[in-house]
Formats: sequence, C-alpha cells, structure tokens
Amino acid sequence: MLLIHCPYCEEDRSELEFRWAGEAHIARPENIAAISDEEFAEFFFLRNNEKGLTYERWRHIHGCGRFFNAARDTVSDSFLMTYKAGLPKQPVPVAERFAAIAEETSVETWEQTEGDAR
Amino acid sequence: MAELATRSLPLSGVHGGSAIVRLEPAAPATRISLRVRAEDVPALSSALGVDLPMKPKTSVYANGRTALWLGPDEWLVIDEGESGLMTAAANSGALHSATDVSHRNTAILVSGAGAASAINGGCPQDLSLDAFPVGACSRTLFGKVEVVLLRTAEDAFRMEVWRSFSDYAFGLLSEGARDAAL
Repeated sequence: MLLIHCPYCEEDRSELEFRWAGEAHIARPENIAAISDEEFAEFFFLRNNEKGLTYERWRHIHGCGRFFNAARDTVSDSFLMTYKAGLPKQPVPVAERFAAIAEETSVETWEQTEGDAR
Repeated sequence: MAELATRSLPLSGVHGGSAIVRLEPAAPATRISLRVRAEDVPALSSALGVDLPMKPKTSVYANGRTALWLGPDEWLVIDEGESGLMTAAANSGALHSATDVSHRNTAILVSGAGAASAINGGCPQDLSLDAFPVGACSRTLFGKVEVVLLRTAEDAFRMEVWRSFSDYAFGLLSEGARDAAL
C-alpha cells in the first residue's frame, strides 16, 4: 500500500484516503476576460504531463478534507514530499531526489524488458 | 388508542460479534458538524463546555460531550444526551458554522480484545496503541464507506457512520469480528 504524508494530519496515511486533484501551481489569469482563446486554452486545458518530477494537488478527502501540494515522480510513482496548500513551489530536498533517481533506474519499463521481444 | 410515532435507530436491536469482539449499536446521541476559524475557537469552546482540540487525531471529553478533531477547522461534537448543542453554539457570539447531524450519523460500539483487528479488516489505519492511543480519533475509510473512528478505551472503539451505510458497516464488522477470532 502506498503511504502519503498529509501535511495537515502530520502523518503518513494510506493512499485510499486521498484523491488526485490535478497539476499544482497553475495561476488564474488576473483578468480572464481580456486574454485570447489561445491563452485561455493554455491556462484551462493544456497540462504539461511531465515525465519525472511533477507538482500536483492532492486532497485528503477521507481524512481531514484538505487540499495540499505534492512533488511526485511520475515514473516511480513515489512521493518526494508534500506541503501545505498556498505555499509557493518548494524545492525537492536533494537526498529525496537522488533516492528517486536511483529508484527510477530499477523500474522495469516495457521498453527495457519487452521492447525487442517479437 | 393514541397513534404515536416511535423513532427507532437504523441499527436498533441488532447485535453481533464473536468470542473476542462485541458489536452493538450506540444509544442515540446529539451531534454537530462544526467549522470554526482558529481565532474563534476559544469562544466556541467555552460556549460548548468542551475545549475543541487543536492537535490532529485527538479528541477532548468534558461535561458529557466529546469534541473530535476532523480537520484544521472542522470538528464533530457528540453529546450523549438531548442537550442543545446547536443553541449553545449559536449563543457563542462568534462566527462559526454548525450543522445538526444527529440523525445523519449512527454509531457502532466495537469492544473486546479483537476490536482493533475487526476494524482493520476494512480500515487501513494503524490502530496500535502507539499510533492510535485512547482518545485518538480520525475520519477514515472502512471498506467502501467513510467513518469517524474514536478509541474510547484500550479495547473499545466508537465508529460513527452515516445511517444509510450502517448496515454495510455492521456487516463488514461482523465479518472482521469472525476473522479476528480465528
């Protein structure tokens, strides 16, 4: 079971209590009526879908109910850290980053194991 | 003959458990779901006669009322009697939101040596005494339903569950109780 640290409950809890809530740190335009359709699409629809380190909002819906932000590795699925909503984008501690990269190399991807098999 | 409406609990009359777990429905209680900003907590605490806990996963019992921390600005206050929790909150004079959820919730009392393992049959939380001591409380999942757990003694829990889910919760607890006794 994947454990997620809730910054409000100050505890690791089961992933079952959480919901994913999209990419984090997307700023709403100051004057949304003034922007072009392209700019609106960029703000509203288009997401980076990065491979590797990504910042996401999560909600502890079956616990304290609060939204918070998480830095997560989309390759290994490991949570690098979580912090309270409203805080600016936090740098990932170096040790966590190295641990994630080490884990990444050991993840079996389809390309590595099955890619050449016909 | 006077025709009187009799109110019955959703789980009235049921009983269950196993050799080491006892399951019983709790008596009717008054409950409010309370949202208060940090600066108004002292006013609400004195109005309700119970100090609202500020630490995650803790509860405070005083004057027949239990205040359970659910979130940074959210509490569940349970009164075992018929007293006016809503009136008390309204008389606090501070900004808050109180909703009477007395009949939304019902509670199941789980006790006995196997109580924690019966609940862990459907709940992912660590219920060891170190992680979940007496008085600890938390909103969490039990199987498919959301519940609020409160540890009332080393081997006793109160599980608050929405009334329409109470049959499911009781059934799953009965399974857990049977498994705990194996």
